[in-house]
Amino acid sequence: MKELMIGNAAVARGLYEAGCEVVSSYPGTPSTEITEFAANYDDIYCEWAPNEKVALETAYGASLGGVRSACAMKHVGLNVAADPLFTLSYTGVNGGLVVCVADDPGMHSSQNEQDSRHYAVGAKIPMLEPSDSAECKEFAKLAFEISEQYDVPCMLRVCTRIAHAQSVVEQEDRINRERKPYEKNPAKNLMSPANAIAKHPLVEERLKKLTEYAETSPVNRTELGGTEIGIITSGACYQYCKEVFGDKVSILKLGMVHPLPVKKIIEFAGKVDKLYVVEELDGVIESHCRNIGVEVIGKELFTPLGEYSQKSIAAVFGLPENETVTSDTALPVRPPVMCSGCPHRGMFYVLSKNKLTVLGDIGCYTLGSAPPLNAMDANLCMGASVSGLHGFNKATKGDSEQKTVCVIGDSTFMHSGMTGLCNIAYNDSNSTVIILDNSITGMTGHQHNPTTGYNIKGDPATKVDLEALCHALGINRVTVVDPYDLEECEKAVMEELNAAEPSVIISRRPCVLLKSVKAKPPVKVDNDKCRSCKRCMKFGCPAIHINENGKAEIDTTLCVGCGVCKQMCPFDAIQD
Amino acid sequence: METKGIVIAGVGGQGSLLASKLLGRVLANEGYDIKVSEVHGMSQRGGSVITYVRYGDKVYSPVVQSGEADYLISFEKLEAARYAHLLKKDGIIITNTQRIDPMPVITGAAEYPVDILDELKTKGVHIEAIDALTPAIQAGSAKAVNIVLMGQLAKHFHIDYDKWISALEQTVKPQFVEMNKTAFKLGYDYTDN
Repeated sequence: MKELMIGNAAVARGLYEAGCEVVSSYPGTPSTEITEFAANYDDIYCEWAPNEKVALETAYGASLGGVRSACAMKHVGLNVAADPLFTLSYTGVNGGLVVCVADDPGMHSSQNEQDSRHYAVGAKIPMLEPSDSAECKEFAKLAFEISEQYDVPCMLRVCTRIAHAQSVVEQEDRINRERKPYEKNPAKNLMSPANAIAKHPLVEERLKKLTEYAETSPVNRTELGGTEIGIITSGACYQYCKEVFGDKVSILKLGMVHPLPVKKIIEFAGKVDKLYVVEELDGVIESHCRNIGVEVIGKELFTPLGEYSQKSIAAVFGLPENETVTSDTALPVRPPVMCSGCPHRGMFYVLSKNKLTVLGDIGCYTLGSAPPLNAMDANLCMGASVSGLHGFNKATKGDSEQKTVCVIGDSTFMHSGMTGLCNIAYNDSNSTVIILDNSITGMTGHQHNPTTGYNIKGDPATKVDLEALCHALGINRVTVVDPYDLEECEKAVMEELNAAEPSVIISRRPCVLLKSVKAKPPVKVDNDKCRSCKRCMKFGCPAIHINENGKAEIDTTLCVGCGVCKQMCPFDAIQD
Repeated sequence: METKGIVIAGVGGQGSLLASKLLGRVLANEGYDIKVSEVHGMSQRGGSVITYVRYGDKVYSPVVQSGEADYLISFEKLEAARYAHLLKKDGIIITNTQRIDPMPVITGAAEYPVDILDELKTKGVHIEAIDALTPAIQAGSAKAVNIVLMGQLAKHFHIDYDKWISALEQTVKPQFVEMNKTAFKLGYDYTDN
């Protein structure tokens, strides 16, 4: 049966058809749907792990136990999982193990645009890169074959334009596999220095064998066309090149981006007059070509920044641009905003009003940094708000403790905030941590986490008690507030900032987009009472604007009746 | 057949993913090769969102670039202007006349360009501007703006009405089929008086 599928759904289909038994992941755009779609197959055990390191280690355990297993993560998630990844290269696998990673060139939803191929190079493991959904499925299956044949975890790299682009996929049946027996074998599985020293030469040997595979594998294919120009490319860039040139040029399409073939590239170079490498982000293929003595044109023409397209590639080759019409008016930008009724907004308003320094984290609440709230000073990576606040307060010898907080979501706290909190207690900084608990992993599209009480299938699961957890990590002062109650929030923030010990404020209210959250009737503005002071505009709610008469007006299609704006109006002009 | 491009633009939360799903389904049912490129994640939170649909005998790139779109469907008029450059010279804009203020307008940092569609018209762009919100509400939900506009787009295709309806039935959840069918018909029958 043929189906139109996003790349991530096709990867999940490939895992399913390959007989994969266990998938463990932490959500992250643009990788999330791989695991969500995998969870739709009852034959695969799927779970959300608290972070990518735990996810990969769970997949590792499943592989050790003898079944095919996988995990999926975004590029920055791979940083978290890098520790097990590098030594997994030494131990190898029992059941096949596939590590899916989604890069985000152009940073549609990310804090950097690192190139995951460096991890395959660094860990000395193979990496496949599909160019459309059909290849996503095919390569996911091939990755298991390579993993088992070469006794190595195999990586599968997608980027946003593959992960989130739909194209046609032919579905096939699942092949169920016998679980391989687990046999005790410390020389293979226990990486003490002595065993690891014995393993390293095998890793190098394996890389040579994988290079041989790359020379002959059909996933690296030459498409001979015009020979004036030759292009070496992979992934989405292959599609852009074909779009621009069709058969007018020759293309070496690399489906395996590590290790790269040598003879195949030298042979291809010999067939064309001028050789280009077209690859998004870093010049990984280009460096390899130079290392093997093949002269190519690459990053001196093609930018390491952002996403490519048929347009950007055509421009580099000096091809004419299409005719277009554009507006001469300066159009206001439309950045993403926190939703109307978002529970984070009330807390951010309090932080902004009191001009506090706010160390932020990764999630929907990063949007609290936008005008008019401007309620965030810095963010870095998952969990860094908590550990960063501790270091910040140490730097000022405590001077910042009464005017600095950090904010972190419930899911991000479970991911890597709790170790930082433990450090605050242990190493004694008088820090104030605010956990924005909206009872879901919001930004990636509502995935459950250990604090929500449900698992990936939506079935009831053990609910980690955040208050008890914070206490157990060494924090005595743990307060819970409702972010819809501005007075309560402000009182708690001021009290905890002034307390003589570290504290946690849990700002708790479920995400307004959750189906279980019912909207209330919209609030209204009493025009006679509204004095056009615009106080309510400091709140950044997309449902409130000033109308042509200068009065506040509520958009009834957007307002969910949270009522927080009522508390801000000094003239009681906003009413139920 | 040469590859055709359609762009669906709107504000996060207006349902561009459903519209592209319907379009993808109907074109796939017709036997075309097709690619649809979506946006997930952060920009969906009330930001400007854009989806590309490309179809033909063989489609390579999943994205539509400047001067490549045959149709630009926009759920909001400022977004129609923002992506007008993607249209081919003889391309058509089908846009909702609804105005949704972006945050810089709400906070007073920028002004909403109210005459933006007229400017594009004077530049020779073919625009079908319709109030899709009223028929959507009439059909049962303000959220059905996306399907009303797909109904309007369907008139430009040589694909039977019934095929659109069956694609709609394959695309939306059973409990919303009737409401969306009504919205689609109101869009299809819409005439600018």
